[in-house]
Amino acid sequence: MNAISRRAFAAGLGGITLAFTFAPRLAFAQQPARLPGSLGDNRLLDAWIRIGSDGNATVCTGKVELGQGIVTALAQIAAEELDLPLGRVQMISGDTERTPNEGVTAGSQSIENSGTALRLAGAQVRAILLELAAKRLGADAAALSVAEGVVAAPDGRKLSYAELAAAADLHREATAQVRPKPASAHRIVGKPIARRDIPGKVTGGIAYVHDLRLPGMLHGRIVRPPCYGAKLEGFDEVRIEATPDGAPAVRDSSFLGMIAEREMLHSRTVRLSGDRAKLEGFEARVKAMPGVVAVVRDGSFLGVIAEREEQAIKASLALAESARWTAGPPLPDQAHIYDRLLALPTEDKVVNEKQAALSEGVKFVEATYRKPYMAHASIGPSCAVAQLSDGRMTVWTHSQGVFPLRGNLAMALKMPAENIRCIHAEGAGCYGHNAADDAALDAALLARAAAGRPVRVQWMRADEFLWEPFGPAMVMKVRAALSPAGRIADWNYELWSNTHSTRPSEPGGDNLLASGYLAEPQRPAPPRMLPLPAGGGDRNAVPLYAFPRQRIVNHFIRDMPLRVSALRTLGAYANVFAMESFMDELALLANADPVAFRLAHLEDARARSVIEAVAKKAGWKPGERGDGSKGRGIGFAKYKNLATYVAAIADVEIDRVSGRLAVRRVYAAVDAGQIINPDGLANQIEGGIVQSTSWTLNEEVKFHQAEIRSRDWDTYPILTMPEVPLVEIELIDRPEERSLGAGEAAQGPAAAAIANAFAAATGKRLRDLPLTPARVKAVLEG
Amino acid sequence: MAINIKVNGAMHSVPAEPDTPLLYVLRNDLGLNAAKFGCGIAQCGACTVLVDGKPVRSCATPIDTLGRSEITTLESLGTIERPHPLQAAFMAEQAAQCGYCIPGFMMVAKALLDRNPQPSEADVRQGLAGNLCRCGAHNRIVRAVLRAAQMGGRI
Repeated sequence: MNAISRRAFAAGLGGITLAFTFAPRLAFAQQPARLPGSLGDNRLLDAWIRIGSDGNATVCTGKVELGQGIVTALAQIAAEELDLPLGRVQMISGDTERTPNEGVTAGSQSIENSGTALRLAGAQVRAILLELAAKRLGADAAALSVAEGVVAAPDGRKLSYAELAAAADLHREATAQVRPKPASAHRIVGKPIARRDIPGKVTGGIAYVHDLRLPGMLHGRIVRPPCYGAKLEGFDEVRIEATPDGAPAVRDSSFLGMIAEREMLHSRTVRLSGDRAKLEGFEARVKAMPGVVAVVRDGSFLGVIAEREEQAIKASLALAESARWTAGPPLPDQAHIYDRLLALPTEDKVVNEKQAALSEGVKFVEATYRKPYMAHASIGPSCAVAQLSDGRMTVWTHSQGVFPLRGNLAMALKMPAENIRCIHAEGAGCYGHNAADDAALDAALLARAAAGRPVRVQWMRADEFLWEPFGPAMVMKVRAALSPAGRIADWNYELWSNTHSTRPSEPGGDNLLASGYLAEPQRPAPPRMLPLPAGGGDRNAVPLYAFPRQRIVNHFIRDMPLRVSALRTLGAYANVFAMESFMDELALLANADPVAFRLAHLEDARARSVIEAVAKKAGWKPGERGDGSKGRGIGFAKYKNLATYVAAIADVEIDRVSGRLAVRRVYAAVDAGQIINPDGLANQIEGGIVQSTSWTLNEEVKFHQAEIRSRDWDTYPILTMPEVPLVEIELIDRPEERSLGAGEAAQGPAAAAIANAFAAATGKRLRDLPLTPARVKAVLEG
Repeated sequence: MAINIKVNGAMHSVPAEPDTPLLYVLRNDLGLNAAKFGCGIAQCGACTVLVDGKPVRSCATPIDTLGRSEITTLESLGTIERPHPLQAAFMAEQAAQCGYCIPGFMMVAKALLDRNPQPSEADVRQGLAGNLCRCGAHNRIVRAVLRAAQMGGRI
């Protein structure tokens, strides 16, 4: 069973190498025409689609499966345009040697970029096959029909793709000139096709990079410093004693006890009891532990490789126990984190401004909202497998961007990028830039000491919490004017935030964690303000509402007291929370119903539609107020002002004694343009709402000056099954509109709906996230 | 050092120290993928398997505590071609996003349905309270378990 599984896995993860080049065959004298979606950067047809001698299609995408169902949705698009059954479309994704470079799978852009490329490439490939068939059949291409990969002439003669494939020249420029099918002709797109990956995942199949078992594979673990920036000085007295057979072993406390201690307490506080023989050569002693193959030390990067996974863990615990580190720079005091952030130097940019005369008799109000650092908190800690063989490094990774990762690996390893191959294999859901890329470098660094054998590294739970880049803390201040007629006459919005991307794709440095700890450390890329319209901290900071005057200012904070990067939605979650909370505050002042107040300020018809649809679905009653313990609220956004529209209504209950806020039910109306896979879309929206409920009620990274304190699920609790709201969704399909990304569309609206429901229930406003029992009680008693 | 354990009906001799957590033996010695490392400290449930029919966190279960117990993993329930009702129900409900936590949920659900073949929705939500999902697939998981109950999850 093992051997078969290995072969099957190898086949799925790069066992077959297809020979083709990305170099365009045609030299262009003039600037080539801009092509839509990701075709623009990957212009050759056969970079996307090849037809085999069996008539089946091999479809390559640079976008990767993150549990969002994208590979299934992209297969639907390709199969639709090719007129092939889904089962005859093989997908290859995220491999620096086999797929187009589509950057990072992020920002809810895969359907828009990769989907657009595959739709146009598919239509063109089908046309090429039809043209060939027309010649052979002596028929007019327009008169031919295609079904299930078989071309038929009006007289009944047929030619299959298998018969046509050899003569079809797909090594040519995509033109984007062949019109894709109209929505009315779709048979696969728009259907709730079952995901390709789920059967394996529910039967114990090999599904994740974590499951990769290459022949001769070793296991590695990394010993991280106690805090950011600490340097490895050496090792304290040896705390390993000899076993009766002479091999050193950690034996004073049980193995599991040690893991638990390391996970739950600070590694420096782990104490082993019993006799501690004072032996020389600590690293040598660890190397002599059972199964240990190598201790890898490069500057302040410290890791260990062993034959068995539990041996690697034991050895890493022994190393952690005795490693002596310098103190890193202190972290800020969490109690004053927002003051500290506001006191840091900023780059200030007016990102949007609309000027008009301010009408008479307006009344100004203002409020400040805050969002803490939040963790990606993947259920499965990050993992990678690396192998250095014949001067070539192969890395299996759950990175969101295999090409940018390769670039950063090349810098850290001082190897030419062409000698590094990064192959995507799934991980646990990442929700943005977590430690996936960092684990890839860790594995590669260990693989250099493994004499050609592959090394699998998985981070421990505490590693994941302590070292992942968090979603940045943010402060949002809004000041608006209300006219006597109850309309918003002026809107001033300012936000303070770190960058929302320290991904490997950022130019000008190496952002992989270990690269900064090597003997020859790499500089990280300088943080930058990500430009609108997608934006970073200012994502969704520009209102979609039609205000006569507005001014939006992004105060970009360059210094990063905590490691931060892209967490699902970037700044949109915080901005939508703030803006939509304030819309309700203004509606209350204007004595207007929140739904009517929003509609009165919205000109975008699709925006109005989702708000009207969710109000209808939830049975919204204008002017209805809560009773002190129950209430409902609404939130709305068009994600990035470019993507999916979501309006959400939340029903909440408040236990006034405990302060616990429970979200019972969330309704949502969703317009993602043309829907590729309605069940996949619903799954993303449901998940987004539940995750946002968890963020909004619970989540906040804890730290004090010495260290990050959120290190496990007790110190970073997420929503549990009994606390999860029921979710009811209405999808508005717009077959003639562009398909829009939806993976991040629901989080902001859901958060605002919850906060607004609390205010509707109690008459009190919570402006600091998360909406914890302590804050609920404080505001109810205050 | 070799230890004998009984997994999915078969005895295996594994070359591991007695304090080795069951999870690593299942994954690395027996090549069983379903149980996942999530936290290593019995908090999240991703590593759940059944020991004598009861859900156990394999990441925190040393192999030398198992004796002659029967260990059951998700792999023994069924295959893609011949899925157990729980597996068929999770496929039918598309009850996963990334899916990493799902085998753990399924093993807790298996024990729940064995004990209570017709649970209410509240029974299911409460019964699965100890397992964590980060993607927000919870409501689908509940629907899948209820569907499995209708299909006769107790097999």
